[in-house]
Amino acid sequence: MTDKPLISARDLSVHYPMRGNVLGPKQVVRAVEGVNIDIERSNFYGLVGESGSGKTTLGRAMLKATPITHGDVTYDDGQVRYNLSTLKGAELKDYRSRAQLIFQDPYAALSPRMTVRDIIAEPLEVMGLTKSREETDQRVREIAAKCRLNLEHLRRFPHAFSGGQRQRISIARALVSRPQFVVADESVAALDVSIQADVLNLLKSIQQDMGLTFLFISHDLSVVAHICDHVAVMYLGRLVETAPTRDLFAAPQHPYTKALLSAIPSLDPDDRGKAQKLEGEIPSPTNPPPGCKFQTRCPFAIDICRTLEPKLEKSGKEHDVACHRWKELMEE
Amino acid sequence: MTRLLEVDNLTLQFDTDEGRITAVDDVSFALDAGQVMGLVGESGSGKSVTAKALMKLNPGNAVYSDKTKITLHLESGSVDIMSLRNSTEMQVVRGGAISMIFQEPMASFAPAITIGDQMVEQLLIHTKLNKKGARELSIEMLDRVGISDAAMRFGQYAFELSGGMRQRAMIAMALSTKPKLLIADEPTTALDVTIQAQVIDLMKDLVTDFGMGIIFITHDLGVIAQTADHVAVMYLGRIVEQGSVRDVIRTPAHPYTKGLLAALPNLHDLDSPLVAVPGDIPSPLERPSGCVFHTRCSVALAGRCQTEIPRFSNVSANHRAACHLVETKGGI
Repeated sequence: MTDKPLISARDLSVHYPMRGNVLGPKQVVRAVEGVNIDIERSNFYGLVGESGSGKTTLGRAMLKATPITHGDVTYDDGQVRYNLSTLKGAELKDYRSRAQLIFQDPYAALSPRMTVRDIIAEPLEVMGLTKSREETDQRVREIAAKCRLNLEHLRRFPHAFSGGQRQRISIARALVSRPQFVVADESVAALDVSIQADVLNLLKSIQQDMGLTFLFISHDLSVVAHICDHVAVMYLGRLVETAPTRDLFAAPQHPYTKALLSAIPSLDPDDRGKAQKLEGEIPSPTNPPPGCKFQTRCPFAIDICRTLEPKLEKSGKEHDVACHRWKELMEE
Repeated sequence: MTRLLEVDNLTLQFDTDEGRITAVDDVSFALDAGQVMGLVGESGSGKSVTAKALMKLNPGNAVYSDKTKITLHLESGSVDIMSLRNSTEMQVVRGGAISMIFQEPMASFAPAITIGDQMVEQLLIHTKLNKKGARELSIEMLDRVGISDAAMRFGQYAFELSGGMRQRAMIAMALSTKPKLLIADEPTTALDVTIQAQVIDLMKDLVTDFGMGIIFITHDLGVIAQTADHVAVMYLGRIVEQGSVRDVIRTPAHPYTKGLLAALPNLHDLDSPLVAVPGDIPSPLERPSGCVFHTRCSVALAGRCQTEIPRFSNVSANHRAACHLVETKGGI
């Protein structure tokens, strides 16, 4: 484990142009705006936020799967160093084998017409990572075993598998090229609770065995709490708080993080009505409010929040928060 | 408390190309007016099929067993739902005495008709209101569920509303006919946690105000803990445990309920491992004999659980479970 991050973003913005009315003004969706993030090697890094917060777009920008509007993303695994904004050609192809994505929906992500063996082997063949069919088969069998798939499974087609098994196939496909960096976008959201725990445990053990660096994108804070080392909370394209998991859950500092935690339905029937409720909904990223993006829903907003956008600042050793009032709110 | 609904021996099979599939197997429960009953289960557990059976909304290949009896007690007398033969007879319950809200509010509204016109249409069918009265009531209901500027929203289409607002509009529409029973099928699953908390609050207020019964279907035990009075846990078409919410969640008796609770990430103890329920949910074509859960049960009794269907035994006065171990030891 080194202190140098494997992947980091500086002032990263991703904007999508939107076709408006023929006569109306051109609109821009500011999906990610001015994000700074460092993900250290072998870290299981969680990214949480509600729909529309920009978490998927941030993950895709770090894979160079979406154009970067502004800022830099740097990848450095010790062997190669890439600046994603200018990456192309053979280097981009090489980066594709080093950075991989696991999708949300295991039913949509696997071709129904390919056997599991062919699905897992495809990245190796497309990227030309192996020299012979024997070598490909060897690599496929290795990774399949890690994902608890046996030889019999490899001969079948995806329709014969349950949701949890399919997600294990998706994981095997993502890892067969031996990536360093893996983005898992809502990878357990579509699974039943009894299966979800199994896939989470598998991801964690593979990450530790292979020393992988994960960006785990999720809307479910309780899942993130259990599996991630470090967490970043996103709201309307900005990071509002980042901290080691334990610090974040023991002492959340941003009012949005607190509200998110409080909104998770408790298993204790006596907790009814105790949750601190947020009013309203996340504003549109085409027309974000001035000042702090959370001010329209924040119960603690004062004048400065409505005009000046707070920057992410150090609030603890590894804890960062973007809120004008975090200090006073902590004292209360 | 007056009894509103009685379901006795509901058994439902579907005729498919691959044979006759059992979706619901001998399910019985009752609901009082003003109560919320939670129906929990994973995909394939038969919870939605059970709910749809209450309005006979299942597709044409559904075969109900002769023993099935569903009785709805109304002020005007009791209705034997199984005896209703055609859609004219069904109007008494469908959209009249029983309303239903679905998981996907986008898919439940017709996209090319305004929200208002859809609300008015059903009021003209089910109530004696004229168009003007129906319009007034609709706007009043939209306002009641917390939609600001209700008169403007009345004239909009579903795509112009956010997810949370659509679900509120769905609730307003379902309640405008003043149903005695509301069936809510995963009403908050597609929503963000902060919006989910708002919708749950709204539904709780409405039960108090309207005094109706609610059947709340979800896979999320946390949501159940925060909303329901009673809960029934379903697995592969059978109810395996039912009772008051406190009893079932605090002292679960069935190994499946215990497994579900252990698989949930616990925010109060981040060190506790996530324990998956072993194995996968069997395909409905390969329905296990005896206790349907025995293929995944870690405490199954050799011989007995594979062959003999467990009957319900009482765990406490208000709490029962269908498990041979509860029967023999009075608990595990």
